[in-house]
Amino acid sequence: MLALTGVCAGYGSFQALFGVSLEVKAGESVAVIGPNGAGKTTLLRAISKLIDLSAGEVTMEGRSLKRVAAHEVIARGIAQVPENRRLFPRLSVEENLKMGAFLPAARARFGERREYVYALFPRMRERRAQLAGTLSGGEQQMCAIGRALMSGPKLLLLDEPSAGLAPVVVQSIMEMVKRICAEGYTVLIVEQNIRQVLKVVDRAYLLETGRIKSSGTSAELLASDEIRKAYLGI
Amino acid sequence: MEIFDVFLLEAVLNGILLGGLLALLSLGLNLIFGVIDVVWICYAEMIMIGMYAVYALHVQQHWPLLPAMAAGIAIVALLGGLLHQFVIRPVLAAEPINQLLVTGGVLFFLQAAATLAFGIEFKNLGVKLPPVAIGEMSFSFPRIIAFAVALAGVAATYLLLTRTYLGTAIRAISQDRAIMPLMGVNPGRIFVVTSALGGALAGLSACLLVLQYDIHPAIGLSFGPITFLICVLGGLGNMLGGLVAAFIFAQFISVGGYLFAIEWGYVIAFAFFIAVMFWRPQGILGRK
Repeated sequence: MLALTGVCAGYGSFQALFGVSLEVKAGESVAVIGPNGAGKTTLLRAISKLIDLSAGEVTMEGRSLKRVAAHEVIARGIAQVPENRRLFPRLSVEENLKMGAFLPAARARFGERREYVYALFPRMRERRAQLAGTLSGGEQQMCAIGRALMSGPKLLLLDEPSAGLAPVVVQSIMEMVKRICAEGYTVLIVEQNIRQVLKVVDRAYLLETGRIKSSGTSAELLASDEIRKAYLGI
Repeated sequence: MEIFDVFLLEAVLNGILLGGLLALLSLGLNLIFGVIDVVWICYAEMIMIGMYAVYALHVQQHWPLLPAMAAGIAIVALLGGLLHQFVIRPVLAAEPINQLLVTGGVLFFLQAAATLAFGIEFKNLGVKLPPVAIGEMSFSFPRIIAFAVALAGVAATYLLLTRTYLGTAIRAISQDRAIMPLMGVNPGRIFVVTSALGGALAGLSACLLVLQYDIHPAIGLSFGPITFLICVLGGLGNMLGGLVAAFIFAQFISVGGYLFAIEWGYVIAFAFFIAVMFWRPQGILGRK
C-alpha cells in the first residue's frame, strides 16, 4: 500500500533521514521503532508532505506523492495522528471529529463515522461536548485517533501515541492500537516504547540516526540480541 | 428632582443602539486578528471605501439602494481578500511591528486613493429617514436599522463559525495552524476566506454608517480608533469580549454624553479604557 524508497529529508541544512526504504502492505500493522532523535517523526512528516523530500520517493497504492500538497495527502487515504495528539484545545470533542471530516467526501458520511468512533470509544460519546483541552491524556489520544478515522483512511499513521502518558495509560493506548488494527485498518506506528509496541504490530523497522538498521517480524526483533541489549535492557 | 428620567432612559436606549453598531464594527477586526494574528490598522479605511462604493453606485450610477449596498459589501470583501493575498501574506512571518506598519501604509494609501477619486468634499446619500418618536423619547431611524442589521450580522457570523465546516476550520486554525494540512485544510485558503469575511463585515458596517454619516476620505479616523480600542478592551481576537466591550463603551458614550456634554462621553469612555488596561491588560475576556 505504502512504499518509501531511498527517502532523504531534513530541516534546512540538517538532514534527518538518509535513504530510508520501507513498505507497508494492505492490512498490515507496522512499527518504526528507535531512540529519541532517530528521525521517526520526520519520517511521518515526510509521508504526510509536511516537509519536502530532498531525495527518494513515497508512493501510496502505486501513485507517487511527489506533486501532492500537504493538505491533499489525506484525500489519498492517509490520515495522521500527530505527535502529542495536537487536538484543537478550545474546540469540543465533536468539533475535533468534525475537523477530521473536513474533506467534502468525508462530510457526507460524518454522522455514520461519528457513531463508529463513539462505538469504538464510548468515553468520547460521554465527552462529546467537552473542550478537547480539558480531556485527560488517554482521552485526548482516543479523540486524536477518532479524528483521524473520520476521514475514512486506508492507512493510519500514528506518531508516538504513548508519549507523555502514564505507564498504565500506555497499556490501554496499545490496546486501542490493537483494536484499530483488528478493525482492518492498515497502520504505520512510530514508537519509542519498543517493548509495548512490538506486542501489537506484525512487523517493525529499527531506525537509528536516520537509517534503517534492521527489520523483521515482531517476534524476530524481540528475540534479536541487538534490540534486547540496546533497547530492552536484557 | 424626578424619580424617573425619561431622557436618561432615552440615552441608555440610544447607547444600546450604538452598541450594536460598535459590536459589528469590532467583529471583523477581531475575527481577522483572532485567526490570522495580524491587526488591520486600515480596517476603518476599508469601511470608508465601502461607504464610497455605495455612494458611487447609488448616487452617481443611479443604482437602487439595496443592490448598491450588496455590491458595496462584495467590493470590500474582495478588497479584504486582496489585502491578505498581496499585503499581509508576504509579511506573515515578519515582526508584528512590521505587519502594523504595512497595514498602516495601506491606511494612507486608501485615504489618498479616496481623495483622488472623490475629492475632499463631504458626500452623502441624500437618504432622509424621519426619527421615530416613542412617547417623549426620539430615536434616529437609521440607528434602529443599524442596530437590527448589526445584530443580524453578528448572529450570522456566530452561526457560520459554529455550525459550518468552514467556520469550525476558521476557529481551529487559530488554535493550531501547523497541523491543519493533516485535516485536509489548506491554511492559505482559510486565511483568504477569513480576510474576505472580515472585509464583508466591514462592508456591512459601511452600509449602516453611510445611512447616518457624511462620507469624506478621513472618516475612518472618526471610528477607527474606537473600533480598535473596543477590540483591545474586550481582549484582542476575542469576539465575545468585543461584543461585551462594545455595549459597555456605547453606554459610556451615550449616558456620559447625556449627563455632561457630548464630548465628555468620549472622555469618560477612554478614561474607563485606560483604567481597565491597568486592571486587566489582556482585556475583559482576553486570555493571557
